[in-house]
Amino acid sequence: MSETPAPYRSELPAGRDGFAQLLRAEWTKLHTVRGWMVALVAAGLLIVLMAAVATFHQQTSVQAGPDSPVVAAHPFVPHGPSGEAVTDSFYFVHQALVGDGSITVRVSSLTGDIAQTYNSHSTSQGEQLASTRPGLVPWAKAGLIVKQGTTQGSPYAALMVTGSHGVRLQYNYTHDIAGSPGAVSAASPRWLRLSRSGDLLTGSESSDGRHWTRVGSARLAGLSETVQAGLFVTSPATRPSTQAFSSPSGSSASAVFDHVGLEGQWSKRAWSGVAVGAGTVTPTLTSGSYQQSGGIFAVSGSGDIAPAVDVGSTPADTLAGLFVGLIVVIVLGALFMTAEYRRGLIRTTLAASPRRGRVLAAKVLVLSSVTFAVGLVATTIAVPLGEHLLRVNGNYLYPVGVLSEVRVVAGTAALLALAAILALALGTVLRRSAGAIVAVIAAIVLPNVLVITAALPLAASQWLLRLTPAAGLAIQQTLTAYPQVDYAYSPARGYFPLAPWAGFAVLCAYAALALGLAVVLLRRRDA
Amino acid sequence: MSDEATIEVRDLHKRFGQTVALDGLSFTVRPGQVTGFVGPNGAGKSTTMRVILGLDAVEQGSALIGGRPYRSLRRPLSRVGSLLDAGALHPSRSGRNHLLWLAHSQGLSARRVDQVVEQAGLQGIARRKAGGYSLGMRQRLGLAAAMLGDPPILLLDEPFNGLDPEGIVWMRGFLRELAAQGRAVFVSSHLMGELQDMADHLVVIGRGRLVADTSVAELLAAASRGLVRLRTAQPAQAATVLSEAGATVVAGGPDTLTVSGLASERVVELLGQHSVPFAEVSVHRASLEDAYMELTREAVEFRAAAAQEAPR
Repeated sequence: MSETPAPYRSELPAGRDGFAQLLRAEWTKLHTVRGWMVALVAAGLLIVLMAAVATFHQQTSVQAGPDSPVVAAHPFVPHGPSGEAVTDSFYFVHQALVGDGSITVRVSSLTGDIAQTYNSHSTSQGEQLASTRPGLVPWAKAGLIVKQGTTQGSPYAALMVTGSHGVRLQYNYTHDIAGSPGAVSAASPRWLRLSRSGDLLTGSESSDGRHWTRVGSARLAGLSETVQAGLFVTSPATRPSTQAFSSPSGSSASAVFDHVGLEGQWSKRAWSGVAVGAGTVTPTLTSGSYQQSGGIFAVSGSGDIAPAVDVGSTPADTLAGLFVGLIVVIVLGALFMTAEYRRGLIRTTLAASPRRGRVLAAKVLVLSSVTFAVGLVATTIAVPLGEHLLRVNGNYLYPVGVLSEVRVVAGTAALLALAAILALALGTVLRRSAGAIVAVIAAIVLPNVLVITAALPLAASQWLLRLTPAAGLAIQQTLTAYPQVDYAYSPARGYFPLAPWAGFAVLCAYAALALGLAVVLLRRRDA
Repeated sequence: MSDEATIEVRDLHKRFGQTVALDGLSFTVRPGQVTGFVGPNGAGKSTTMRVILGLDAVEQGSALIGGRPYRSLRRPLSRVGSLLDAGALHPSRSGRNHLLWLAHSQGLSARRVDQVVEQAGLQGIARRKAGGYSLGMRQRLGLAAAMLGDPPILLLDEPFNGLDPEGIVWMRGFLRELAAQGRAVFVSSHLMGELQDMADHLVVIGRGRLVADTSVAELLAAASRGLVRLRTAQPAQAATVLSEAGATVVAGGPDTLTVSGLASERVVELLGQHSVPFAEVSVHRASLEDAYMELTREAVEFRAAAAQEAPR
């Protein structure tokens, strides 16, 4: 029709389309949908709010005497040499040892009683004793102990026979070395020897008092020159491990010792008996006693020398709002991608940025940074706030190192970011909001709800938290499970089957896998 | 070396499952003109556009922008502006913010966004949520997005959909103006009438194949050739006279006949000789619509037959 004009030349200043521009574009997309930003801020506020609500109702109170006022406080929990919460109650027949030396003894009997009705801290001893049956709990302990003093929580090393775990050398509450197996009886007594050389304690055992086998040794850093050493007996409360929330019931143990041999500079006074930690946290059947007749000692005691369980709260207990937060970021993560598919906006995006892998990378980076930042602000407020409220309400908080506290706070924010990434990746794969949201909630939130509500058997819960993305919640774990304490170490109580970073790595692996699949499909498929 | 503002489509083949979408399609879109891309619904227009933009892959063939595949272009929005679907908006995001993220992806400023908002006549509504826009407003927003990078090539899929008559006139003028600036403007439509008085060149496709690749002037001339329109009070008598002279006569209304096979001068002469009164004899000028119908009849008939044989 008309003369063809010269080809068009734009006078617009040339822009750039690097990764930084792509990041800015995705950030603009995210923050210009008001509903998304409102939801994110609301999720952060909810996490803080839930920290206050969840901890507000949890109150512990004690009453010093019948006429004393009830005050918000918790029973005394001793701390071990490295600051951990411990149980330290046992019957101790002791005298002072100055400098190096050793003590040898023969144990010829270990028997016990187990309370048949549940009892609590306040039940009187008379009642408990009235309803016992003979029986020895697996971790009933009797043997030799060298301890800094009779103060609860002080350093120690102990060589012992146990109810059903054979000879053990245990020290400073968390350490446990196995000796020979087998139970003790008059027919098969066990000889024990504990030697001190400076701060090194060495345990040996023998079946005949002539041929000795070394069990192990323990270095107790900073052990004072004068220590208290002697015989001890204790027996921990039993917890029916099949019933997650049942109360523990007390037990007691009695042992017969003879052939006591001392080397080194002992105080040479008569032995004295003391019930260390009587009436503290662990339910006890008896405060313990001892009788000496010639060279034979009959000692009974109750309690445990071990890490404490079931006595307090953890930082994770303040983060009850995490599930709501997770659901919000999962929905947001999925929508950040699927909203584009729903309306064909993805074509506009990919026409503007044809390098598809980079588009996904930009989306992931923007989404994870924003969810992490919001999560971090929320948890940084929620955890200290919740802990403060728990403390004010008289609850005991397990001692948690600064690094662990930071791990819980930052790790929880990272959980939110990873959940969002998983949802984004799955949204890319499925291209549908509903499917992606349901799948990720089922993978992360559902296993945790099942686990927390103890709806599943313990073993099933633990497998769920090993194999599903929910394993990532282990990053909140601040408690350690010790095999030398019988306890239902369930996720509901804060014990995860995987170590914090191992569980976190499982979630990361899922996110990486989903992202890899998303990149491949996004590149291969028609938009 | 290919021109920067040329789209070259060569031998595209694509199928969706059993359905053949593109079947050896080739054509070229040149700068400085509006190229209409016409075909019935389902002919493969949108698929072709997605292929050109690197969104859909083809089994065979190539679509090149200035000699390069779209996916290898740097700052693609400054090379090709496109509007595929005016509804491709997040309803909660304002029109201006929609343009803003697009601008940011190319390192363009918010000032450029305000320029295209003004150009598309969106000043009043740009800060409102896009979910409340009428289809016409969305088309304008889509056009503004296509103009962001001030590209030498524009690729618009059905931009007239949902526009009111005033909007259609505006859009036509706008696209003509862009072509006059030397840009290549490639506009698809399933209604040939929309392209009337705007397109310089036409690419007509049916069933994924090229039906015609022609200038509008040539197409109209071809479709009009040899047709004479006659208005008379005695159509029966006129038809008899003209048929005897060897013409083909078709009734076009109560007093109108369309005559082919005779020149208009010969028609006047014959009617005069036989004293048949007539009111008007004119050379028929085919509309673009007529020409298009003629071209695509075959394709449409095939589709109708196929639909009857195998109802879904």
